[in-house]
Amino acid sequence: MQFLRKRWRAVLIFALSTLMLSGCGKIVVLNPQGPVATEELHLITWSFGLMMIVVVAVFALFAFMLIKYRAKKGSKIDYQPEQEGNRLLETVWTVVPILIIIALIIPTIKTTYALVKPPSTGTPVVIKAVSANWKWMFQYPGQGIETVNYVVIPANRPIEFQLDAIGPMNSLWIPALGGQEYSMPGMLMRLWLQADHPGTYVGRSANFSGRGFVHMVFNVIAKSPSDYATWVQKVKTTAPAMTMADYQKLTAQNVVHTMTFSHYIKFFGPRNNSMNALYRAPNS
Amino acid sequence: MLHSLLQLGDKYFMWNEGPMIWTSDVLIVLTSLGIIGVLTYLKRWNWLWKEWLTTVDHKKIGIMYIIAAFAMFFRGGMDGLIIRAQLAVPNNQFLNAEHYDQVFTTHGTIMILFMAMPFIIGLMNIAVPLQIGARDVAFPYLNALSFWLFFFAALLFNISFVIGGSPDAGWTSYAPLAGPFYDTGVGENYYLISLQITGIGTIATGINFLVTILKMRAPGMTLMKMPMFTWSILVTSIIIIFAFPVLTVTLALLMFDRLFGAQFFSVTHGGLPMMWANLFWIWGHPEVYIVILPAFGVFSEVVSTFSHKRLFGYKAMVVSMVAIAILSFTTWVHHFFTMGAGASVNSFFSFSTMLIAVPTGVKMFNWLFTMYKGRIQFTTSMLWALAFIPNFLIGGLTGVMLAVAPADYQYHNSYFLVAHFHYVLIAGTVFGVFSGLYYWWPKMFGHILNEKIGKWAFWIFMISFNMTFMPMYFLGLMGMTRRMYTYPAGLGWGPLNMIETIGALGMGLGFVVMVYDIVYSIRHPEKDLTGDPWDGRTLEWSIPSPAPEYNFAVIPEVKGIDAYWMMKHPKGQEPEPTKAVDKSKIRPIHMPNNSYRPFIISVAFFVAGFGFIWQWYWLGIPGLIVVVIGLFLRSFEYDDEHFISTEEIVQTETAAGRL
Ligand code: HEM
Ligand SMILES: [Cu+2]
Ligand SMILES: [Cu+2]
Repeated sequence: MQFLRKRWRAVLIFALSTLMLSGCGKIVVLNPQGPVATEELHLITWSFGLMMIVVVAVFALFAFMLIKYRAKKGSKIDYQPEQEGNRLLETVWTVVPILIIIALIIPTIKTTYALVKPPSTGTPVVIKAVSANWKWMFQYPGQGIETVNYVVIPANRPIEFQLDAIGPMNSLWIPALGGQEYSMPGMLMRLWLQADHPGTYVGRSANFSGRGFVHMVFNVIAKSPSDYATWVQKVKTTAPAMTMADYQKLTAQNVVHTMTFSHYIKFFGPRNNSMNALYRAPNS
Repeated sequence: MLHSLLQLGDKYFMWNEGPMIWTSDVLIVLTSLGIIGVLTYLKRWNWLWKEWLTTVDHKKIGIMYIIAAFAMFFRGGMDGLIIRAQLAVPNNQFLNAEHYDQVFTTHGTIMILFMAMPFIIGLMNIAVPLQIGARDVAFPYLNALSFWLFFFAALLFNISFVIGGSPDAGWTSYAPLAGPFYDTGVGENYYLISLQITGIGTIATGINFLVTILKMRAPGMTLMKMPMFTWSILVTSIIIIFAFPVLTVTLALLMFDRLFGAQFFSVTHGGLPMMWANLFWIWGHPEVYIVILPAFGVFSEVVSTFSHKRLFGYKAMVVSMVAIAILSFTTWVHHFFTMGAGASVNSFFSFSTMLIAVPTGVKMFNWLFTMYKGRIQFTTSMLWALAFIPNFLIGGLTGVMLAVAPADYQYHNSYFLVAHFHYVLIAGTVFGVFSGLYYWWPKMFGHILNEKIGKWAFWIFMISFNMTFMPMYFLGLMGMTRRMYTYPAGLGWGPLNMIETIGALGMGLGFVVMVYDIVYSIRHPEKDLTGDPWDGRTLEWSIPSPAPEYNFAVIPEVKGIDAYWMMKHPKGQEPEPTKAVDKSKIRPIHMPNNSYRPFIISVAFFVAGFGFIWQWYWLGIPGLIVVVIGLFLRSFEYDDEHFISTEEIVQTETAAGRL
């Protein structure tokens, strides 16, 4: 008997740990790779913990009521059909949730304000992320280069993504590094992210934007500062400059592979009509 | 000749889209012919017209709402199954992106506006007048108009599938994606115009029930003595009256953009696409409470009835519902925390959203304590209500987690969100309407639904529901976003998706078993001869089942909460005769006449809507003119009522054993 139980425990522990190892490794939001995602995870676990208090309380009460007060034939359970309320109890379940909410809203507000600031003190890298009809263009104003459908960042430095859009709204989401922000035509938005280590992380558009939306996936490649500098240099010297033909292809509605440019053309057309853009002269 | 015919077929009927469309075409034609054939064979046309299509009786209108809601549940459910089939395995090519986008759009729109709404309005039609001791709603003619507007709007929305193409910008229909530039074709017009038509009906329903509840209660029934379901409908009606006009305006603005080249939501010419998101959710968040509060009302009735005990904390229940109604207008930004409104705005809306959890929690505990020291009886109706408690709790608490703005940056638009709103909408609204259906069915049809089959349906549906939606929380945290038509292998999303698809099949099976229960119970009815099969507490159980046309032969006198329970269990006095009707008090009853006009006006709306969708103004404008003529004629109709004679009432009541 004892033996059996022990064995079951071993099986249970084994099952749980494999689940944790295999499953949770893939739960990207629970495995943050940067300070922003880490801070958000703190809030997630904190709110989850607070909610578990409620779950335990309600589930326990629920089970108690169902077991104790189910109608049984001939039983003389305590039956009080006219009981209609209880001040004390009602106060308790009004006040306790309010306390829980206070415990939740304080860190929420703190983090909300914290996330509009750079996540660390390093010099930020500015990358303009433009969602353009089912593709992501990443422009590096400081370096003058552009990547399409992938982005390279230095690890351990704050990245300031400036979000812009040609065409419908999308949302830039790199769950390993932090939460998302919408990219909207004609309204520049800012999203601070940072990677702790070199590595490759998946990003995608989280907001539906039409048929090609699923293909708005990109890799975020975080490199060590020196590797990053080398990469920028290499792009500048070896990648082609963007031509007008490239520009037209990029602003049109289509799905493209990854691309790299040593020089990019700034967007100059009206933002919801990539076709109209073709009829105007570039101003760069 | 043949060639140009085929081209027309491609343009209007999408014959180039392949077997799915052809099959639907054939099925639709066959079903229509079948219905026409059966009606003709059974010589039922006259009956259909006289008893149903022209009726203004709230009970019949309620039944028609529920039948239509079931049909829409089937349609929306098929969409859901198609979605799950596509997502069952990675890299699936069962549907392409275009079709997938249409399917999730129609799924969401139908489930909320053409399934949940009519189901709830159906139940309130059936129960509210009976609960307050009234003979009909305040405006029976308007009520019929509401129903037919909904009905033809639903029809209009559904025919987009075979004529012209379904909308494909999501049920939220965000601009500029849904604007004329990115969404050419008529699909989106179908969305705008059919929602507009059903919305008009819903506003009318809101006004109708507000007036009914405020003005037509039986003597003695003060507001604080009303049954809790009626309270929930009162509050819901008020939310409808404030929220739905926003939808009307929002839809109209986008319609101007699409049909007449306005620029309200365009990106060029100073349009404001973000305005769509704001307007949509200023309606949309209250809307989720419009579909949940009536379900809360049902649970209050059912839990109290089957615990054979008074509702715990009546006053707190009312206050918390009013609080929810007010707060529901202050939280809309939580649907786009990630739109850059700034830290202070996000903080405010985080807080206001979390606040809603307090009154919701109060209600939760009140239901739990209604069972305390009660005698819980596990009927099918009660099972749905009980299952609501833990399942909805999960949905509500993950709602609070979503309200934490910075955390929402990680959940937003992911499957975590999809899991949340299905846990509240299915475990709340759907469990609620099912519970209400089993509860009031005897009052509607005079017989009880089979409990054994009903319980099978319940367990299958409830377990499958968890199997379908619980894994979605994890998929969201794994980075899977909503509205993806396919996903690559290697991310570890496959197994969970497969489990969900199996769960979805289970829910489909549960639905089928429930329909079977209905068919079985109609063929082998277990008659409810007492009118009070559950030992009920409120006035609807004091009259025969099914309720006679005039509901109450004599309007009852109300002495407290749970009026009928008090009649059955009087304190200290002689038990009042609970069933028998006092013959001396019977007077001729004043009832509204049937009218064919709501039906005709709605048909005209349908035609006009169809015309506007295709921008055929030669059709749309005459359609609207017919509508106006209908309204005009109604204004000059003076003879629209009749009396039911005392003899007839005596006869009916005697047949029901009440005299
Ligand atoms: C405790 C109460 C609730 C809270 C705190 C809550 C919170 C939220 C939040 C913050 C969101 C937005 C999340 C996001 O987009 O990232 C959301 C979405 C949603 N909620 Fe709730 N919610 C609650 C109850 C309900 C109820 C009762 C319903 C309906 C019966 C509901 C239906 C929905 C729907 C349909 C959506 C999303 C729709 C969409 O984007 O398509 N929620 N909820
Ligand atoms: Cu914006
Ligand atoms: Cu909301």
